[in-house]
Amino acid sequence: MRPPLLNEQSKPGLQAVAFPVTNDPVDLPAEHRRQTPAPLPEVAEVDVVRHFTILSKDNFSVDTHFYPLGSCTMKYNPKVNEYVSALPGFAQLHPLQPASHAQGAMRLIFELEQMLGEICGMDAFTLQPAAGAHGELTGMLIARAAHLARGKPRRKVLVPSSAHGTNPASARLAGFQIVTVPGAPDGLLHPDQVAPLIDEDTAAIMLTNPNTLGVFEEHILEIARMAHEKGALLYYDGANLNALLGLCRPGDMGFDIVHVNLHKTFSTPHGGGGPGAGPVGVKKHLAPFLPSPRAQQNPDGSFSWQHNLPQSIGKMRAFHGNFSVLARAYAYIRALGWEGLRAASRAAIIHANYIKKQLEDKFPAYTNRPCMHECVLMANHLKEAGLTVRDIAKRILDYGYHAPTIAWPIHDCLMIEPTETESKETLDAFISAMRKVAREIETESYTLQHAPHHMPIQRVDEVKAARELRLRD
Amino acid sequence: MSIPNDLKFAASHEWVRMEGDIATVGISDHAQKELTDIVFVELPSAGRQVEAGKECAVVESVKAASDIYAPVSGEITASNDELTANPALANTDPYGKGWFFKVKLANKAELDKLLDPAAYGKSIGE
Amino acid sequence: MDFVPNSEAEFAAMLQASGVSSFDDLVSCIPAKLKEFRSRLPAPLTEMELVMEMEKLAASNRTSRQVLSFLGAGIYDHFIPPAVDALASRGEFVTAYTPYQAEASQGTLTAIYEYQSYLCAITGMEVSNASLYDGASAVAEAGFLSLQANSNRPRIVHAASLHPEYLATLQTYLAGQKAEFVSAPLKDGVLDLDALAGLVNPRTCALIVQSPNFHGCLEPMAQAADIAHRHGAFFVACVNPISLGLIRPPGEYNADFAVGEGQPLGCPMSFGGPGFGFLTSTKKLVHKISGRIVGQTVDENNQRSFCLTLQAREQHIRREKATSNICSNQALMALRACIHLALLGKRGFQQVAQLNHQRAHAAAAAICGLRGFSLAFKQPFFNEFTIRCPVPSADLLARLEKENLIPGLAVADPNAKSSNLLLVCVTETKTSDDIQRLVKALAAFSTP
Repeated sequence: MRPPLLNEQSKPGLQAVAFPVTNDPVDLPAEHRRQTPAPLPEVAEVDVVRHFTILSKDNFSVDTHFYPLGSCTMKYNPKVNEYVSALPGFAQLHPLQPASHAQGAMRLIFELEQMLGEICGMDAFTLQPAAGAHGELTGMLIARAAHLARGKPRRKVLVPSSAHGTNPASARLAGFQIVTVPGAPDGLLHPDQVAPLIDEDTAAIMLTNPNTLGVFEEHILEIARMAHEKGALLYYDGANLNALLGLCRPGDMGFDIVHVNLHKTFSTPHGGGGPGAGPVGVKKHLAPFLPSPRAQQNPDGSFSWQHNLPQSIGKMRAFHGNFSVLARAYAYIRALGWEGLRAASRAAIIHANYIKKQLEDKFPAYTNRPCMHECVLMANHLKEAGLTVRDIAKRILDYGYHAPTIAWPIHDCLMIEPTETESKETLDAFISAMRKVAREIETESYTLQHAPHHMPIQRVDEVKAARELRLRD
Repeated sequence: MSIPNDLKFAASHEWVRMEGDIATVGISDHAQKELTDIVFVELPSAGRQVEAGKECAVVESVKAASDIYAPVSGEITASNDELTANPALANTDPYGKGWFFKVKLANKAELDKLLDPAAYGKSIGE
Repeated sequence: MDFVPNSEAEFAAMLQASGVSSFDDLVSCIPAKLKEFRSRLPAPLTEMELVMEMEKLAASNRTSRQVLSFLGAGIYDHFIPPAVDALASRGEFVTAYTPYQAEASQGTLTAIYEYQSYLCAITGMEVSNASLYDGASAVAEAGFLSLQANSNRPRIVHAASLHPEYLATLQTYLAGQKAEFVSAPLKDGVLDLDALAGLVNPRTCALIVQSPNFHGCLEPMAQAADIAHRHGAFFVACVNPISLGLIRPPGEYNADFAVGEGQPLGCPMSFGGPGFGFLTSTKKLVHKISGRIVGQTVDENNQRSFCLTLQAREQHIRREKATSNICSNQALMALRACIHLALLGKRGFQQVAQLNHQRAHAAAAAICGLRGFSLAFKQPFFNEFTIRCPVPSADLLARLEKENLIPGLAVADPNAKSSNLLLVCVTETKTSDDIQRLVKALAAFSTP
């Protein structure tokens, strides 16, 4: 039996939290007055506490489960970051308080921008974007503004077919036409694929490195040269930055604009889908286009907001970004320093290669070269067994692991990103579960087709959900 | 895979049935199988002009969205409200109750560019 | 300090099992010249040092408990019941991923479904998504959706009283689209309906109006909605959710979209973020809206279950043809709002709105009793109002800052160059003592 919704537990007259209103008449014209009260539940505090506590137990989470979820970097979220980000000095600060009241918060913002610049090899950062896709849109609007300022607007953006869906969607929202660069069998982007597509009308090329197949784009320096020769900008989608900390930097590869996902690389929690943060870094020549305002340090060492930015693209959201997310990432970087960051990427790469090697007889790797922080494995022979890769994903849940990313960027694949924060014991147990699933594919297709069997619910009917829309009580 | 003999097909998997100068359009059995369970269709409204080869409708399954291209040019005379209300018809009866829209043909010669059932069958590897 | 739970011996074993002799072999694909870079980061800190350092940073801010602040203008100081923090800080919620795997995410999915239900309840709208980044970007998304759904209608009309940061965000988002922005002028702090009628035309895709508006005034939403609909344009209402316990909700005046900033519903101010943006609409537009949506369904045993639905609108499926580029939502903040609204319930939600209204009106009346101070606009308001001061408001703020008192936000006069205007926000957290202290402080500026 599934838990009832709070609306179904409602009893007239109950109220968990009351306010000291008086009976004074409210002076408000009828045209502005609500006619009928909002139908919210009427429950006691214990009802609310039980309800959400019970619900929480129906979730997988990093605190309870391993997420080998490619492209998502579900690493452990240190508890100290939760504590420091919720300190009253941060939580009870209004964004419009004068700068003199917010020197600590502004120092944090200024220093985080500097540290991200060092890590990525970029000259200036904005922390305003609230998520990776928001950062992409920021970056594409910067590209647009930069070409306009040069007196020559450009219309096209090149995006590899294996790119995250947000890349083309963001470029299009910024007003660009999308030119898709086809994938090569070896999983790498080759200069001769780019050459026929890039021209004087190309505003930017958007790349992820390592790419979504988990391999390092070896030709990146040549591609950067080609882009810059045509006057195009190179955009770095930081989804896979967890492979590169302390190893190499996007700025040195020739990228002009980068976004980083603090909720991936810098350990801020995913929160069941957000909030994250997607800071954007640029090379010096693009700094004037960054969103407004920008944090600056004054000669006396204090901090203030710079609003007079005539070439700025404007504002991507109200106020200064997802500050408490920024505070967590700041704390993470301060805790690790260069050595800790380098150790994180090193462990992430070793873990991914270990899993790849241990599973390759059952799930061959898409490419034979070493992977970076994630590997893409193929689930072959599914059709013969009457199965889909989704069946595998659902079965993996039964073994107590979140499913890998599936069926993307190619059909019938499993994209596995173990991250650095899992022990060898966990990796070995996962490998063993995957090998069991491989056997089940051959012998127990029924079990897979109807998986999961050991979760709070059986497989959901997504078709019914979409055909018979029921989106609220 | 069912491919009725009396229809013409576009390479992009739309079928056309002619009655006078009115073309009824839907998607092939092959297309509906590839899309899997169809959960939503967005059809052009009557009076709209459509152009052969251009997007004019959308069909969605849980995990995919596809554009439907007008196989012929002309004015939309009707769209299938029953399909909008019950998109599953495109799965269960793709050549019958699952039709999408009707077009008043502007240029008969466009019909010659469409595939006959045999050629369409070949194009999908039948 | 790091968070890697393996020893060097284990790394050596894993490298060996992977068929390589060293880590360098795994990264030999990276060009050597990229590996030679110099950059600096502060030295790592132990956890104790980190906590001390962060506490020092936090302590150098002056918080709403140390300063008596009447700031609002988009972010509000409201009471948050402790149960919100207790529940929303559970690791099972905080560290969960986006609920794509429904069977492993019923907790998050059920909560978002309840969030959607409550947002529909308070706004009176038919459909809600699972949340967006913030109020400003929610306005921008609504603008983009309106443009897309109405081809050949490039005009977006907005009230001049829209929050300036929201307007700036809307314009930034749509810089690459063929949109034209028209600002509808105000008369005494609210829309001039006669002027508005001349600006909305058949080329208009949306009329965007915020109420309470940036000056605190309640806009004539029903009349504005009629003007938009007369020309086939969408009416986008941007509202303060906590006001809806008392103020007429967008569903009662036929808004097509109701959007806004959700921070007042149980989210700390946190220097402006994260809160969340909400986006609700009519049922008719459900296939056009952006962001995640949770739907109710059943599992193979016919048990009620929840899953993400209508995903074919979204970028991971439709790429450049998606309704938006947004991928995430602010799930954890939406969860806070959901818990907050459940705790307040039907009655508490009304009470908190009434209390805001009462205290703001008590404060306004007391301030206007001071010679030289008056309400800038003769309009109904909720918990914010604009005061005309006898001195430039910036001077007033500078002098009171020393007394740890922020009487409001200095704002520009929409009709003149005068800078004597002060936007004052009084929420339920301000007691009558607080209001007395404010009035006493302002009295020092009163004209003789």
